[in-house]
Amino acid sequence: MANETEIDAEVRRGWMSLLAKAPESALMALWGEVSERPAFEWLRAPEVGGVMVRGRMGGTGAAFNLGEMTVTRCSLVLADGTVGHGYVQGRSKPKAEAAALIDALMQTGAAASVRAVVLDPLAGQMRAAKAARAAKAAATKVEFFTMVRGED
Amino acid sequence: MSAQTQFSGGFRNAPLDAAHAFRAAMTVMSRPGEIRELTGAVPPEPLSVAAGTLLLTLCDPETGIYLACEIDTAEVRQWLAFHTGAPFVTAAEADFAVGRWGALVPLDAYRIGTPEYPDRSATLIVECDALAQSGAVLRGPGIRDSARLSLPDIPVMQANAALYPLGCDFFLTGGTQVAALPRSTQIIAEG
Repeated sequence: MANETEIDAEVRRGWMSLLAKAPESALMALWGEVSERPAFEWLRAPEVGGVMVRGRMGGTGAAFNLGEMTVTRCSLVLADGTVGHGYVQGRSKPKAEAAALIDALMQTGAAASVRAVVLDPLAGQMRAAKAARAAKAAATKVEFFTMVRGED
Repeated sequence: MSAQTQFSGGFRNAPLDAAHAFRAAMTVMSRPGEIRELTGAVPPEPLSVAAGTLLLTLCDPETGIYLACEIDTAEVRQWLAFHTGAPFVTAAEADFAVGRWGALVPLDAYRIGTPEYPDRSATLIVECDALAQSGAVLRGPGIRDSARLSLPDIPVMQANAALYPLGCDFFLTGGTQVAALPRSTQIIAEG
């Protein structure tokens, strides 16, 4: 049985975060290219719920409630006993299932191929989307400056 | 295919299974002496099916669970944490305490509520070998005339009933069976 502790928590957090935030259409398109679909059993069938997102002002202040968001989660076990968890934003159960399967596969020998086919392209798309949005926002930036302050 | 992990054995269909289990729990609590089947979950040893199903039904991240002695294993903790998210606390803070009778006593370790809030008390889930409608005679709300139930310790439970409206409530679990003894029930030793 693959034990979760064998995988670096930080690395796993990376792909869990990516899967949680990725748009469903992008993830499902890439997941469709994966040929190997292992058999699995549900530990926890996909269920939709809400979580409270908390934040800290400036990274140092007291935590405050930012707002609730919808989350879909599920857990499954592969035939070899590898457990995969999926926690994704939104209410798409197929996306949660895909995320949990990817999490499970990333702990098995298929990790390298899954990373190459799904995770790396997905991360690239997310980066590109973020950069495009930032560029679009940057184009509307207005610089305020004062020619003469008129104080003297 | 059936890969067993430390998380296996939860509800197959959580809303439906939990509703059935809650119905059974409510029925036995409102009719002391009645014994019902309680299944749905398959908890790790040494937790019984009935106790595991009851915990999955009643516990959430806001209810503290106290695991007494031999019930307190890493497998049970992992299983309950995964399925309920409930925190594990000491006996004095527990909303639910699980264990065999010998490990749960003395009862003064648990919260019995306050006169203003008698509901702030612990519910004890007592693991028994078997349940039978014999032994102590029960009278009180929810019982027509009288009922009988095999209780692990009559004097201690009589003392608990004497605290009414304060005191603890009990679920008795054995295998897949569950019975209950609310604090409102008067207990008479078999005479």
